[in-house]
Amino acid sequence: MGGIVTRYLLIESRDPFGSTDYVRRCELAAALRADGADVTLFLVENAVLGTRAAARPQALEKLAKQGVQVLADEFALRERGIGSGEIAPAVKPTDLAALVGLLAAGARATWN
Amino acid sequence: MNDSRCLAFLLMDAPFEQARTATAFRLIDATLRAGIGARVFAYEGAVSLAVTRQKPHANAIHGRALEEEAHPTPHAWINALADLAREQGVPFDWVNCGLCVDERGADEAAPSARRGSPADFWKMAQESVNTLVIPTR
Amino acid sequence: MRVLQIIESAYRATLEEQDDTVLWFTRALRAAGAQADVLLQGSAVSYAVQAQDASGLRLGAWQQVHPPAIAEELAALIGSGARVAAIKEDLDERGIAARQLVADVELLGRKSLAGLFGQYAHVWKW
Repeated sequence: MGGIVTRYLLIESRDPFGSTDYVRRCELAAALRADGADVTLFLVENAVLGTRAAARPQALEKLAKQGVQVLADEFALRERGIGSGEIAPAVKPTDLAALVGLLAAGARATWN
Repeated sequence: MNDSRCLAFLLMDAPFEQARTATAFRLIDATLRAGIGARVFAYEGAVSLAVTRQKPHANAIHGRALEEEAHPTPHAWINALADLAREQGVPFDWVNCGLCVDERGADEAAPSARRGSPADFWKMAQESVNTLVIPTR
Repeated sequence: MRVLQIIESAYRATLEEQDDTVLWFTRALRAAGAQADVLLQGSAVSYAVQAQDASGLRLGAWQQVHPPAIAEELAALIGSGARVAAIKEDLDERGIAARQLVADVELLGRKSLAGLFGQYAHVWKW
């Protein structure tokens, strides 16, 4: 018998190079995923500064391998001069309409 | 296609101090463009978003006169969202927390904004498909 | 409808608001009928410390009459039937011992968060 899958939308706005709780948020995303939930990490504002493939550490790649969907606000990427060729493969640029879609579908959403 | 769904948002930040204001407005705009209604509860500093005494200004450093600079004012953003909601035929409700308005003297508000209390936010949350709280720092 | 209020930001405008505005909001939500509980994380775990004392603020001739009484606010929330929990690892990192805390604050490990979130219709982070 199938169960209802819980969906989480973790909206991350904080600079990964300036906040220690970014690591905590990644750990939470992984833990929720390990618990069987569908988890999306949506990066906005300065959180997109961690999306370059050449950036260290590569927390986002690890999350994607664990099954967390990692999306990034296209506007925020462009605003910060992060070109499509630079972005880590784990990260999918998208627009805020995608975020609205996740909210409208009932994902439990928190903003950090 | 429009439907009767709404999303509720709680904002906390005063304008002109951080990135969250612009992102929140972009999100509400995207909600309305998706044909979904938006209910906004402005808490604490966010009640200043609706203040009609905000004035645009010229910018000598940019070399631009008043009209050219076209400096944004959040109360105009709120009115623009209300207009968009009307065009889309979906609900738009902006409620300022009344006690927050009082303590900040932010009582000259955009016509699209009304005074309320946390009970209004709870009602919004119950009547919306989902609710997003955007906290301040 | 059960709501989990996650509070992480601490001592932000608490002196001029004479309270923590998210704890205050939580009490207002409960008064409006919401089943709202509180999880303290990050430096907000300090809100569970019984010995907090913010009295004595004076600016010129102005003196504060009602300083914030955060520990009492938490106790009042617990007394009203709310569940108030704090992340144990965050307390440990800050050297706060369990004996220093307001009575009946639950201590939860970070690993229990996924299970905790599943108990609530809404999880709102402040």
